[in-house]
Amino acid sequence: MSLTLEQVQRIAHLARIETSESEAITTQGHLNGIFQLIEQMQAVDTLGVEPMAHAQEVSQRLREDIVSEGDRRAAYQAVAPEIEAGLYLVPKVIE
Amino acid sequence: MINASLKQLSQALAAKRISSIELTQLYLDRIARLNPALNAFVTVDPEKSLKMARAADARIAAASGAKPAGPLTGIPIAQKDIFCAEGWRTTCGSRMLANFISPYDATVIQKMHAEAGLVSLGKTNMDEFAMGSSNETSFFGPVRNPWDQQRVPGGSSGGSAAAVAARLAPAATGTDTGGSIRQPAALCNLTGLKPTYGVVSRYGMIAFASSLDQGGPMARSAEDCALLLNSMAGFDERDSTSLDRPLEDYARELEKPLTGLRIGLPKEFFGAGCDAGVMAAVQAAIDEYRKLGATTVEVSLPNSHLSVPAYYVIAPAEASSNLSRFDGVRYGYRAPEYGNLDDMYMKSRAQGFGAEVKRRILIGTYVLSHGYYDAYYLQAQRIRRLIANDFVEAFKSCDVIMGPTSPTTAFKLGEKAADPVQMYLSDIYTIAVNLAGLPGMSIPCGFAGGLPVGLQLIGNYFAEAQLLNMAHRYQQVSDWHQRSPAGID
Repeated sequence: MSLTLEQVQRIAHLARIETSESEAITTQGHLNGIFQLIEQMQAVDTLGVEPMAHAQEVSQRLREDIVSEGDRRAAYQAVAPEIEAGLYLVPKVIE
Repeated sequence: MINASLKQLSQALAAKRISSIELTQLYLDRIARLNPALNAFVTVDPEKSLKMARAADARIAAASGAKPAGPLTGIPIAQKDIFCAEGWRTTCGSRMLANFISPYDATVIQKMHAEAGLVSLGKTNMDEFAMGSSNETSFFGPVRNPWDQQRVPGGSSGGSAAAVAARLAPAATGTDTGGSIRQPAALCNLTGLKPTYGVVSRYGMIAFASSLDQGGPMARSAEDCALLLNSMAGFDERDSTSLDRPLEDYARELEKPLTGLRIGLPKEFFGAGCDAGVMAAVQAAIDEYRKLGATTVEVSLPNSHLSVPAYYVIAPAEASSNLSRFDGVRYGYRAPEYGNLDDMYMKSRAQGFGAEVKRRILIGTYVLSHGYYDAYYLQAQRIRRLIANDFVEAFKSCDVIMGPTSPTTAFKLGEKAADPVQMYLSDIYTIAVNLAGLPGMSIPCGFAGGLPVGLQLIGNYFAEAQLLNMAHRYQQVSDWHQRSPAGID
């Protein structure tokens, strides 16, 4: 398998990472090298093998539906790039 | 003093032969003197450290026979900069978080500082978002190996490894997703332990690949690691994958004799692909274990050659999801100029992330995308199962598995930086352990060409105390772990 330049650019867009054409060309070479390594997996017959998503076979814990954390809004917003009146500011999305 | 064990430091502090302030100042002075060449720490804040030391001294002064201070109270430690620490800059080695002052403590930090009374000396350099095996992907520049400053310390916990190796800290924390505690421990002559997945809380530990990430101690001996793990481990309701198990004393079995212990040697770890000098040191260590009363048996991990390929699907897939949170809105880097919202995301992420992080996000995005999910992501998860099953089978005929930690000693800066695949193969013996979720250690077992070699010990689930026992018994009859790099006094 080998990724085309268009595929690399499409993935970069999906990942929301701006990529120039020259960067995409370098990335294409690296990714194809990595996928060559990954392709070794395809030689293995895994029919009937249960996929393993996690190291421990435990089910998700549920907690009581009660407030357990205090209000730390100001502390958490203090690290934001831009806020106003308790809101996160971003470029206008609705005209 | 800089070569004292944690136990000795603890006794000196309790007997008031030295204060935490004095000890902390001693290390801060060493950092000021030696860190500029090594780049092991990215953030040092003497005022904060000394404040913690003063509090620790007060705890020691207030302690009584009935209510003793904890055994680690007042001992300084270096924290990998992946752990959020309230009021401390927490960068994860990335431009994305270069100005991020954490508003909260990771559970590990909270336990080590507030509960155990350890004193933080600062935050250590690391590969960006823990993605790397050489510490060269850090936004803050590479760390140099104290054993040879032209060489890498390993990664991703390279700053922690270099700090302890150069005696800039008595011990440090690390995290291990594919070998990031064990490989730098091996390359810097340290003892490092990656616990069973779920033993140490991941809350506040910046996520790379959530089903693999696990924090653990990096120190100069197994005994030190046992004491540190006691302060790090334990159930945490804030981590949904934290395991609710009774607390353990990880030092309880340190002195147990090794008579009758069965060591499994996977034939796949002793074939081609490992440097001869590394292999010779590992074989000599195994002979030492035989003298200690252990027996050896050949085992097989037939799918271990697939661990690197499967890992480079699973870890990037999880990373691409985890790192989608960095969007320039709630925290982290935002590009100075942008057009619409999408453009703001695209530019902030393009400028905030380095090349290796971007590569892994792109791999992850691709393998999770429509049409490729089954062929890559599900196939990798099936192979993960085969790899985990190999260990289950192997542990039927042995108690612990041994082999090299890394196929080479520390390599030169820049040597593998241009070829991601060559870099990835540095973790060829460590990755399977993360995929299975098992505990693993690296301990110093000799030198090759003047550079340290690590012996890897892999245990069954929750066998941390047993691994520490095995490491400790070896360290009682060897002195590799006590060697320190030239020119760091």
